[in-house]
Amino acid sequence: MTETISPPMLSARNLSKVYPVRGGDIQALDKVSLDVPEGSFVSIVGASGCGKSTLLRILAALEQPSAGQVFRDGRPLATPSREVGIVFQEHVLLPWLTVLENVMMPAELYKLPREESRARAQELLAMSGLSGFEDRRPGDLSGGMKQRAAICRALLPDPRVLLMDEPFGALDALTREELSLEMLRIWERDRKTALLITHDINEAVLLSDTVVVMSPRPGRILEIIRIDLPRPRGPDTELLPAFRELTHHIRGLIFAQRQRAAS
Amino acid sequence: MARFWRSEWARLVLPCISLATLLVGWQLLVQGMDIEEWILPAPTAVGSTALDWRTELFQHSWVTLYETVLGFLVAVAIALPVSVLVVYVPALHYTLYPVLLALQSVPKVAVAPLITLWVGFGIAPKVMVVFLVCFFPIVVNTVAGLRSTPTSMLHLMTSMQAGPWQVFRRVRLPVALPSIMVGCKVAITLAVIGAVIGEFVGSEEGLGYLILTSTAQSKTALAFAALAILTLISIVLYYLVELLEKLLIRW
Ligand SMILES: Nc1ncnc2c1ncn2[C@@H]1O[C@H](COP(=O)(O)OP(=O)(O)OP(=O)(O)O)[C@@H](O)[C@H]1O
Ligand SMILES: [Mg+2]
Repeated sequence: MTETISPPMLSARNLSKVYPVRGGDIQALDKVSLDVPEGSFVSIVGASGCGKSTLLRILAALEQPSAGQVFRDGRPLATPSREVGIVFQEHVLLPWLTVLENVMMPAELYKLPREESRARAQELLAMSGLSGFEDRRPGDLSGGMKQRAAICRALLPDPRVLLMDEPFGALDALTREELSLEMLRIWERDRKTALLITHDINEAVLLSDTVVVMSPRPGRILEIIRIDLPRPRGPDTELLPAFRELTHHIRGLIFAQRQRAAS
Repeated sequence: MARFWRSEWARLVLPCISLATLLVGWQLLVQGMDIEEWILPAPTAVGSTALDWRTELFQHSWVTLYETVLGFLVAVAIALPVSVLVVYVPALHYTLYPVLLALQSVPKVAVAPLITLWVGFGIAPKVMVVFLVCFFPIVVNTVAGLRSTPTSMLHLMTSMQAGPWQVFRRVRLPVALPSIMVGCKVAITLAVIGAVIGEFVGSEEGLGYLILTSTAQSKTALAFAALAILTLISIVLYYLVELLEKLLIRW
């Protein structure tokens, strides 16, 4: 990859977040800094409750950090933007709208041209194997199909960066693997800047250029690991010794931290 | 056998059979024990009295139905905007809403005579009582519904830069709709009771008035006929609200 002089697409500097709750404050994040360069795939892994979703909400300007700053293209970030698409931890499809209406929601809110958006929505749904389900309600879809639809919605306004919060977290292992590989294939084709939160170490290493490993609460960054495995990657990538070394290393980081927390 | 119990036939016909059994049992009881008509009229006596008095019954039913529906509709028309204001204006949430909750506990039946004192006779005080019994359940349920929007949906809308109106129309309102309909269903059952109470307190027309005068004159069968019609009105109105609910909530 060539080094660029331009600032990273998205960067966080010393983010801390404290939630004031009854019975003492909860520190969710502690001085988190990371960069998401344009065109790269970054994953964040960490134990449940370590502040991953909090970090994503702050990066998306849905929440303000207690300290620190977020920059987009080098400028401080204040409000959500069309350039950032979000896939939430629970798909968050609106049950009273059809699948197509859900996917078209950004078009309505951003006042994009109707016919073009509709065509794009149909195309995204077709690409995700959801053709024929346009007029169904989310309640009729399986978990995997709902997540696909949620990803289509995030992609509809063609954002420059996609933030995904455990998009496959609630799915069974088979569906999960299938969707990861699908995402890998599509990402290697489009190279859209992406940030993926996951607790699946294999998934993180398989997809990413960079894996950010976080400690248990309060979330701190333990290590930022470059993944230099050759692309295009696929199911066979997991057989490479380098792949297994990387996942072993990450597992060690998280596990050592857990043991320290327990003792 | 299990299939029989789940069939459409069982669902529709069995309740009719049990209702018919009840009526036949009632008839046999009255005839067998030779109960006098002014104490407990047999279903056949109620039926024939209803036929004799059909014009009067129709007129009085119309009055009660009118009071009930008008009071209910006014309550809906005022309760919905008030709920939205309570949810969206923090000042009202801390001032108006507690007062509403306190007023909700006032027994409306006991207030009915006062309303007649203030508003006078005619249809207005009855509509007012119906309004009062309907208003609070709708407000309480609508406010609860509007407050129950999942944070994740609000985040979704904010992430797409939706304005307050879009958030309300596209998310808050649909989320609240089932609660609103619950409030309306509670209200519509209370509405008929409210109208009858209003008529009990003082009136010259309506089914409540008819029940009062006919029992005073020992025309018990007529009172039963009026009662049956009240029940029917109540059931039909309830099912109309439920039908509306089915039309509005299709997910
Ligand atoms: N709105 C909030 N108010 C109070 N505490 C919160 C809030 N949101 C998150 N927290 C706390 O912050 C911590 C981090 O939560 P967060 O949801 O970011 O974790 P996570 O890493 O995404 O977990 P998971 O993998 O289970 O999704 C948790 O201890 C949680 O209780
Ligand atoms: Mg989370």
